Formats: sequence, C-alpha cells, structure tokens
Amino acid sequence: MSDGAAGGRTLKVVGQRPVRPDGADKVTGRAQFGADFHLPGMLTGRIKRSPHAHAKIVKIDTRAAAALPGVKAIVTGANFVLGEGEDIDHGEGATALLDVAINCMAREKALYAGHAVAAVAATSPEIADEAVRLIEVTYEVLPHVIEVEAAMAPDAPLLHANMFTKGVTPKPDKPSNIAQKIVMGRGDVPGAMAAADVVIEGRYETAAVHQGYIEPHACVASAGADGQATVWCSSQGQFLVRTLTAKILGMPLSDLKVIPAEIGGGFGGKTTVYLEPVALALSKQCGRPVKMVMSRDEVFHASGPTSGAVMEIKLGATSEGRITACDLTLKYQAGAFAGSPVNAACMAALACYDIENIALTGYDVVSNRPKVAAYRAPGAPIAAFAVESAVDDLARKLNMDPLDIRRLNGARDGVKAVYGATFRSVAFLETLEAVKNHPHYTAPLGPNQGRGVACGFWFNIGGESTGAVHIDEDGGATVVSSNPDIGGSRAAMAMMAAETLGLPIERVRATVADTTSIGFSGSTGGSRVTFATGMAVTQAAEKVVADLKRRAAQMWECEVDKVEWRDATAFCLDPSKDVKPLTIAQIAGRAARTGGPITAEVSLNAQGAGPGFAVHICDVEVDPETGRTTVTRYTAAQDVGRAIHPSYVEGQLQGGAAQGIGWALNEEYVYGPDGVLENPSFLDYRMPVASDLPMIDTILIEAAPNPRHPFGAKGVGEAPIVPPLAAVANAVRQAIGKRIYALPLSPPRVLEAIEQG
Amino acid sequence: MSRVLVTTTVNGESVEFLGGTRQSLLDALRDELRLTGSKEGCGTGDCGACSVIVDGRLVCSCLMLAPEAEGKRIETIEGMAVDGHMHPLQRQFLEHAALQCGFCTPGLLMAAKALLDKNPNPTETEIRYGLAGNLCRCTGYDKVIRAVIDAAAELRQAPDTKKAGAAR
Amino acid sequence: MARVVSISARVKEMTGGLGAFDVEAASVRRLIAELDARYPGLGAHVEANMAIAIDGEIHQDALSAEIAPNAEIVLIPKLSGG
Repeated sequence: MSDGAAGGRTLKVVGQRPVRPDGADKVTGRAQFGADFHLPGMLTGRIKRSPHAHAKIVKIDTRAAAALPGVKAIVTGANFVLGEGEDIDHGEGATALLDVAINCMAREKALYAGHAVAAVAATSPEIADEAVRLIEVTYEVLPHVIEVEAAMAPDAPLLHANMFTKGVTPKPDKPSNIAQKIVMGRGDVPGAMAAADVVIEGRYETAAVHQGYIEPHACVASAGADGQATVWCSSQGQFLVRTLTAKILGMPLSDLKVIPAEIGGGFGGKTTVYLEPVALALSKQCGRPVKMVMSRDEVFHASGPTSGAVMEIKLGATSEGRITACDLTLKYQAGAFAGSPVNAACMAALACYDIENIALTGYDVVSNRPKVAAYRAPGAPIAAFAVESAVDDLARKLNMDPLDIRRLNGARDGVKAVYGATFRSVAFLETLEAVKNHPHYTAPLGPNQGRGVACGFWFNIGGESTGAVHIDEDGGATVVSSNPDIGGSRAAMAMMAAETLGLPIERVRATVADTTSIGFSGSTGGSRVTFATGMAVTQAAEKVVADLKRRAAQMWECEVDKVEWRDATAFCLDPSKDVKPLTIAQIAGRAARTGGPITAEVSLNAQGAGPGFAVHICDVEVDPETGRTTVTRYTAAQDVGRAIHPSYVEGQLQGGAAQGIGWALNEEYVYGPDGVLENPSFLDYRMPVASDLPMIDTILIEAAPNPRHPFGAKGVGEAPIVPPLAAVANAVRQAIGKRIYALPLSPPRVLEAIEQG
Repeated sequence: MSRVLVTTTVNGESVEFLGGTRQSLLDALRDELRLTGSKEGCGTGDCGACSVIVDGRLVCSCLMLAPEAEGKRIETIEGMAVDGHMHPLQRQFLEHAALQCGFCTPGLLMAAKALLDKNPNPTETEIRYGLAGNLCRCTGYDKVIRAVIDAAAELRQAPDTKKAGAAR
Repeated sequence: MARVVSISARVKEMTGGLGAFDVEAASVRRLIAELDARYPGLGAHVEANMAIAIDGEIHQDALSAEIAPNAEIVLIPKLSGG
C-alpha cells in the first residue's frame, strides 16, 4: 500500500474499521428518518394523482373536498406560479426549475399516470384520503407514448408544444419529443472502421429501473406566521431541498430552514424534490405543520426511475485486439421532462479504453413516464452494458482472454479520455491485474455455468462542501458537516478529523447540520463526500491544530514553530524552555483565557476528484428448464485511492454490485397498453433478496492514491454499479452459448433464448 | 374510522392504546405508541422493514390490524437492547458494518432474532432464506450474513446473553 | 495562446460550427470573458453549464484556475452524479 498523499506518515485511525459514531441509534430504532417526526397540530398531506398517462386537465373541483370536516388546506397547480425558463445551479448540475415545479404539481396537462394534480392536508390520514377521493378532476385524455423509439417517431404524440430538439442545426421548426441531440467524438471513425480487421456490432435494450430505496420519500413542513418555515426531510442534500423548495414557492432562501433527517437510501433518487414544495404550500395555507409520506405505490408511479434505453454499437479492432474505432448511439428515456443522463453516458461510455477514433451520438427523449432522476453513476451502467458486451464479443471473436483485451486497450496515466480529462494517478491496469490474479478468475465451472467480466468508469466530482471542527472544553472534538450520511460518511469524517488532531476515534463525534448551522454544501452524491467534505473537514482540523499550537506557544512563551503536535499533545522543541507537554484537554480547558473557543469551519469547492475504475467477475448458473439465472459467485474490484474506512468502502462495492445484479436479472418497469405502470410494488418489481445472492468479495486497489485529497481518497460510491449489467450478461452468454441483447435477463427471456437454440 | 381500546404487551410492558379498526399494527406502534423504530417501506408485506415478533413469530406489522394486537406479546426493535445493553446481533451488525443507511436494519434485526431464537446454529443458506423477507438496497447482504453468523456463534457460547435479549 | 476544443454540440452552435480555436487567457475568468467577446453568450454558457479541462485536469466552478501558455482546454458539460 502506497503512502502517497499521506506524506509518508503512519496512519493510526484512517484505514481502520471503528464502529461508526451514529451506529447505536441505527440498530436500536432511535435514529429519526423523515417519517418519524411528530409535531403538535401536525396534519397529514395526501396527493391526488392522474390515472391517465397523458391528459389535458380541464377542471379541478375541490369544493366537496374543502367542505369535508378536518380538511385544512388544498392546493393545485394554480397555487404554484413560477416564471418561465428559470434555471438554477444547485450544485449537482443545472436543472430547469420550471420542470421540477410542474413535476411536483401538474399545470395544464398530466404528463404521466401518477402525475400529481392536487394535494390536501387534513387532521387524519383517513380524512386526507377521503378528501382526495372527493376532488373531482375533469380530464381530456390524449394519446400517449411510452417507449423511447416510439416517442422519437415523427408522428408520435407530443408532450411539450414548446420542445424543439436542441443540438440540431438548422434549428427545427416542428416540436418533438427529442429534447436534445448530443454529438461528440474525435478522429475518423468511418475510415478506421473500414480499415479494421474485425468489426463487432450490436443493438442493445434496457428497461427503466428504480433506485429502489427502502424508505419512501417523506417530509414534514411547518410554516410560521411571518413567512419563515422549517422543513424536515429525508434527502441527499438539505441545501438542495432549500434551494428548490424556496424558489418554487418564491421565498428568500434565508426564510427556509431545512433539517436533514436520516435518509433511508437515495442512490441519486433523492437529489430532487417531490413532496417538500407541496407540503410547505399546504402548511402556508393553514398555518399548521404538514407531514407527507409517499406510499410505495406512489414511489413507483411518481418518483424518478432511471432511463430505459436503446443503444447501437459498432467496434472496430485490429486482429491483435487493439480497438481502433467505436461508433455508439444512445437513445435514453427522460420521462416526462427533458433531462436523461445521456450526456454523461456519452462521456463515460468509453472512458475505460484508449480509443483513437470515437463517434458518440446521444438522444434525450421524453415520453409519458415519470421524470427520470439520478441513479448511481447516472447513464453509465446502461452504456457499459452495450460497450462491455461488445468488448466481450470482440475478445471471443479473437480468441483472447477478456481481461487481456481490456488491459491491452485500458486507460492509464497520460491517456486522453474523449470527454476531456487526461488521466493521472489512475490504477485501472492494476485493478485488472488484481482481478486476473484472484482465485475467482480461475475457479472451475460446472454444467450450465458461465463466467463474465466487465469493467466500468465513473467521473466522481468534487464541488462545494463545508466542514467544521469544534474542540470541547474536555479535549474531545465534534465534527460538523454539511452532507447527509447515506453510507457511513460520518465515520469517515470523524476518522479524518481524529487522524489530523491525533485523537482516538472515540473522542471525535460527527454530526450533520441543518442549513442554518453550517456553510453551504452540494448534495451527497457524485461520490464526492469523502473526497470534498472530507477535504473540508481535514482542513478545518488542520486549522484547529494550528490554533492549538499557537496557544501552546503562548502558554510556553516560545515561538510557534518550536511547537510540535503529536497524538493530541503539544510538545515544546525549544531546549531553553523547561516545560511539560500540554494535552489537548489542558489547552482546551484554558481556551477562554487564551483567545476564546477553539473551532474552525472551512468551505471550499474541491477540485481534482479522482475517477473510479471498477472491474467485476460474475459466475452464474442458468437452469435450462426455467431460464432462471442464479449468481453463484461475485467479485468486485475497484481503484479506490485510499480506503478511509475499508468496511464502508467494501459496502459501496457490494451494494452497487447487488443493485446492478437486480438490474441485469429481474428489475424493470412494465407498462400496459394504457400507459399505466403494471408493477408498482416490491412484489412485482423484483429486487434481490439475501437468498438471491452469494457473498460478494471485494478487492480495494490502493496503488494510486489521489494526490489531491489529504489522505488519498477517491470517490467510490458510484463506479460499482457500472460493470454488473454486462458482467452478468457476459456470464449468461457463456452459460447458454448465445448473447441476449436486452435486459433484464428474466427467466422468460433466457428460456426463449435457450429454446431458440 | 372507529377506534377500540387495545391492551397488549410491547417489549415486556403492558400498554393500552386506541387502535383504529382499519389501522395497521405498524401505524399503531408508530403513531399511537410513538415507537418509530419499525418502518414502512411498502405497506404490503413485501419489504420486511416493519418486521416485529408477535407471540414468538416474525410478522409484518403492516399486514396486521391494530386491534389484533389485543392480548398478544409483541417485540419491536426498541426492546432488543435490554437496560441499554445491546443484543449480540446489534453489536455484530455494528462491528461488521452490516448497515449503511440503516432503514431496513430494525426489520433485519427482528428477522435475524426470530431466526436465531428458533435455529441457534443456522447455515449460511438458512440465514439467507431466513432473511429473504427483508429487502436491503444498500449492503448487498454480505456483511449482514456475516454479522448473523458471528452473533449466532456468540449466542451459542453464552446463552445468558440470549436470555437477557429476550422479551421478559 | 491556449487551444480551446469542445466536444459539445451546443458550443458549436454558438461558434458557428467551430470546434477548436485559440484564445489568449491566463485564467478561467479571462477565458470566459474572451469567449463572450468573441461569441456573445458563449462565455456565460460555459460559466453556468460547463466544466473545463485544463491540460487534462477537470475544473468545475473554478474561475481563478490558472491557464498556462499553450495549455490545452476542453469545454465539457458539467459533471454530476447520483
């Protein structure tokens, strides 16, 4: 293990596996999630949703509902008045605010079955449900379109009269469901393809899948009598919720305080708002707190899944296996509003490889489905399914080992990715090497079994973060950070501060603050918290150490550069002073007399995030009678830079792999001819359970620590979901002897492929 | 919705509450007794986040009506630690980092406890099937299984800990 | 003189089809001003919606980032995540 960014010093806390500081509350039921709050006078909010996939909202009659005793507030789209075209940058990319607002509450049209058209707040859940039933909505049903290529057809029903495809010249004069066409690339693809010794082609399809967080969206909104308000919610970013909610309701940001509850999973799906503006609008109307919690049915109907897609790929290579050209077209579903992750997918799709001639075409296509939301490495797993399946086919055609062909073409330091980065301090080749040397790779396989490998890439980001470190009078420390903890990041924050301060981990507690108690931060997502917020926390801890040394120098009356800080103690290096070392407790106990409280807060915009490269091996066994595929063994390797808390880094790899396996084998949105989702429940939207999976072995590669992070950390959360779709598909390919080009590889589909021979 | 007086035992204590005739036991635990450790993930018995133990049997509290709790002995996550001392399962979950967001954790712990109460020496496969009614989206189950294996071993060696963890 | 390249079709829309050009700028702030001067609106678009790779290293929302002479600049859509 390289010391890299740790500067050669021995680490005492970072790299260990302490119990997380927030753990006891989570295993005893004390931790408070969004739906766990009770406030005096609290009302229940409920939403009325469109049963139609596409319809004009002609009239909404709320009189009967308003007359029901116990109903205290009702809102519809008419209550949300927002100017056109306002874009906001909320730290995770620009979003059309108007789209978010209309997604929260429909205006002239219902754009998908499940689209919110009205909301009520009442004194009990039963009364709220009854009030929703009493709201009469008159619809004019319109033709709908669901699938991406159908939505792209020239005669498709149009969702937005003012949507003209961006990125096309000359500018189109007819509206379309294609929100944007993206074209990027380099070199001479047609020439290189013509000169290639071997060309692999394929058309791949994936279905929409949901992030599948077990906790439905939940919030409590409480409006005060002077226009100020408080919202408690489960989200991936309290500042993001504040920005979106306040702007949708036309409030100054400082009038809205957002308190992050514990969050029961997000995976990107909670980096937006659905309920908060509605709950706050209801609360403002009646002056009482309003709790809103989605049912699981609502989560499926009305919160963003990720895109389904149609992809076409062509790979050209030499007979030695060197990939010289790639032509990739990605058509991604955006749901009812523009904004699929097709752009990021184009940029990430080929980043694992050093390919000279690349042509990427992406289409962002709307249709009558819920607006897609981010899902862990948004866009990348889908594209990787096509790319990694094609690379697998290429290896097979050339009779090359699938890891060897990836190593031959693999990204390494100095390689220029098509999206603009030149890789530095990446350990993709080392990761491939580690996988090749792992016993899993050469373990024998039995009948009906197959093995697949695949790799994946994700950018990881830095961004705005704030961290604060306070020293208590008894010499302990509290770390306050700005980011909701979805995977154990509080532990990592505490560990990095403890390491810097020289304190044992038990003396450093970590907390996540609300929007009034800490400086601004971007959301928890983008694999950025350990990197960017960790950087802020570490810098704050370093400032505190500098302050502690200054006070020791003051107390000893010596120069500050003669003070050494080690193991939470100040040592005097001035030989002329006959003084004893001062512990942090001794210095902190006298803080008032030496300048005041010992505390520091650092806000920054972290640059230099290290990308994530992942390589997975998957073994499957396919039952030839039922088409059922069982994953019998799985190994996930990743370039992690440095694992601050290895258990939680392993957890990210295992969790991402499990989601990818579900995506590959069983999960999909099934629509009926009426454009209504047919499987909005966990019974029929089949996610992996414990009996579906084996142990998931992990390999953490720390060969190239990130020199931009104080401890060498790279983001790890998203890359693990990128390889599994193709890893599973490549394993099934080997097990049954033919390739299936569509996901999920559910039993009927696999059986059909087997029976076709 | 009409309400009836329900008298029942929760985590060893006798309690009374007004339960709605159409209210689930889960909602009654959360809203009447303010025991919010049991969670609603789906409301249809598919995710196990609401798991409690009723008369020694693992139950999805979202599938049980509040008045059905009358006279029963109910164990929830809040009763798993006794006098502030965590049950070996809780400790092993923390040691193994068997939770990330923690939302499914109370349900998983209840299911694991119900399993070990009946089968103190389960194989890995038996644990996986014993927990198959509990969805977790964060962990991929690996560390959860390892935590249960170690907790089972710990309980087999020191039966007194098991008694301390059981409802009184 | 920094060489500016973009893979974004939106940028090409604003530059009349040009995907590569030279700009004199010692910082990202100056670069944006130069882009706006040459192609009105492009600088603002880049500042709001794009990340900038300077000699292969990604900078996002970093106006004071320095640009060495003869640096290679790539304008890329902003990166996010989930």
